[in-house]
Amino acid sequence: MAERPEDLNLPNAVITRIIKEALPDGVNVSKEARRAISQAASVFVLYATSCANNFAMKAKRKTLNATDVMSAMEEMEFERFLQPLRESLEAYKKGQKGKKEASEQKRKDAKEKKNDVEENDKSREEEEEEEERMEEDQDADNEVEEEEVEN
Amino acid sequence: MSGDNAEDKVNHASNSKGISLPMTRVKLIMKSSPDVSSINQEALLITTKATELFVQYLALSSFNNGAGKDNKTLLYSDLANTVEGTETFQFLTDILPKKIFARDYLKLIEENPIEEADN
Repeated sequence: MAERPEDLNLPNAVITRIIKEALPDGVNVSKEARRAISQAASVFVLYATSCANNFAMKAKRKTLNATDVMSAMEEMEFERFLQPLRESLEAYKKGQKGKKEASEQKRKDAKEKKNDVEENDKSREEEEEEEERMEEDQDADNEVEEEEVEN
Repeated sequence: MSGDNAEDKVNHASNSKGISLPMTRVKLIMKSSPDVSSINQEALLITTKATELFVQYLALSSFNNGAGKDNKTLLYSDLANTVEGTETFQFLTDILPKKIFARDYLKLIEENPIEEADN
């Protein structure tokens, strides 16, 4: 698998934003410093991955999981990250659960509607029902999205 | 937003969606590591988040530590000095070396033949 060097870099705009938000207002960052931090971040990912992978291999697993990454952070002496990482993970899991429930509910609704339609006259009425369903799905989608944003 | 202090701004950015860095790119970097077969979604999420935390930590530590503090500018030398002086950042010494003028370096190796020191 051939990767060009630039593909292993993180997007400059995002890195710059994260740096600026971490520093006090009005502080500038030299271009060189920005580039160096970006490279350091890529190296950090590699180091963390390698470290996490060791934990996975020790546990005879082929798939890296969240615990491996947490263990890697400890190993790398970045314990300060553990708490915020746990919080991010919790928020993610909750979001996933909400999405799953929402899509299960959608499937249920769609199934019920389908049964109703089959009992009535087909043709045009069926088309109208489908349009309504699609609109409601849209609403349900929007609702789910809104919840995520608030989180 | 201008009234917020630095910490609030950091929390704001992190909490609005959770993640700013693109997970697809982070995954690409992770997969370039030898022996890695697959990565589950949660692991990818945490690694991405950790990388953001790392960027913040490196930037802020270097700034607080650095000579650029009075100039209100973060310089490369601040980073290199911080990396050299902080154990947690030792893994970065190869990519964030301190800079030295070529003539000074040549003088150095003239006076002291290069030998690799064990860390």
